[in-house]
Amino acid sequence: MAAELHVELVAADRQVWSGEATLVVARTTSGDIGVMPGHQPLLGVLESGPVTIRTSAGETVVAAVHGGFISFADNKLSLLAEIVELADEIDVQRAERALERAKSDADAGAERRADVRLRAVATG
Amino acid sequence: MGAQLRVYKRRIRSVTATKKITKAMEMIAASRVVKAQRKVAASTPYATELTRAVTAVATGASDKHPLTTEAENPTRAAVLLLTSDRGLAGAFNSNAIKAAEQLTEKLRAEGKEVDSFIVGRRGLAHYNFRERKVVESWTGFTDEPAYGDAKLVAGPLIEAIEKETAEGGVDELHLVYTEFVSMMTQNAVEARLLPLSLEEVAKEAGTKDEIRPLYDFEPSAEDVLDALLPRYVESRIYNALLQSAASKHAATRRAMKSATDNAGDLINNLSRLANAARQAEITQEISEIVGGSAALADANAGSDK
Repeated sequence: MAAELHVELVAADRQVWSGEATLVVARTTSGDIGVMPGHQPLLGVLESGPVTIRTSAGETVVAAVHGGFISFADNKLSLLAEIVELADEIDVQRAERALERAKSDADAGAERRADVRLRAVATG
Repeated sequence: MGAQLRVYKRRIRSVTATKKITKAMEMIAASRVVKAQRKVAASTPYATELTRAVTAVATGASDKHPLTTEAENPTRAAVLLLTSDRGLAGAFNSNAIKAAEQLTEKLRAEGKEVDSFIVGRRGLAHYNFRERKVVESWTGFTDEPAYGDAKLVAGPLIEAIEKETAEGGVDELHLVYTEFVSMMTQNAVEARLLPLSLEEVAKEAGTKDEIRPLYDFEPSAEDVLDALLPRYVESRIYNALLQSAASKHAATRRAMKSATDNAGDLINNLSRLANAARQAEITQEISEIVGGSAALADANAGSDK
């Protein structure tokens, strides 16, 4: 059995995903980071962006994470963010519309959110 | 139908209508409690993970962060009071307000100025009526608070605590809310949110005696703490808002249940009175008939002679 780590993907108001994984890739403020089982204890601030989880079943779970934290200790990894959306849950057309609207309104926050969603879908 | 009887009948009708309303409100509140409880449960994983992370950084970082160190002599404190927008919840709001007032008294006695922040129309009305100063207030979301609402509330509070006291900032942040213990028990409690006391946070996370791993911070312990603490305050406020909402619905349910029971008793009493009045009417009619026929019989007997 390959070594695995337990992942909890948690949003402020719900638990989005939890399960075993072999690799988690996320983007912290100082750059992309990949966590595999046995990584040293880590606590980092996440950038808004897609997070990729390679599950032990060999599948890939992608989620759009808007800000938040990554923490890893004792082979347990938690990804915390106020808003977390799985790529499967994201409505591409809606996100595209939101992106256009945000661009025309010059709403930087909304633009970034829509952009993160689209990038997550593209990665997945 | 006699006048007395008609009055009773009318009152029974009106009480029955009221009973139907309170019964409906009771059932609505009961379903909302369950929903609110589910939301509390759903927000728990985030809160526990966040608390764990805060303990990890705060014990790991050696520097003094303004949000974790106690001011040498605190002169200003902020009190955030959570009440509901709507009443009909028994003593729910007055208990919370009372707790906030006791806390305010206590802080004043310690020589601190108190800034009041209020959530919920009821609490705001209470303060406005007494013409007390409220720094900021929020209304309209107490029944079903969302995380965005908690962010809205936390924003100015975090700003206030980060400002220097001389410029109108505060040294401490206290939170008064109603804790949801069970369907039957809800307590108004107060808690100091900031400055953070690490022992309490550790107790809460259930990690008091756990040996904490040495974390590698990305990008640095200070930056992580800077980013974490506001989120921690938001999540605590969110949790308090949710518990307060659940408590409010539970209190409404209880108040409406006793209102329904009272209406039932009232209807029973009124029905008895109405029955007695009807019986009295019948008795009176019979005695009138008997009396009348006796008088007739007497008159007939008289004319026969």
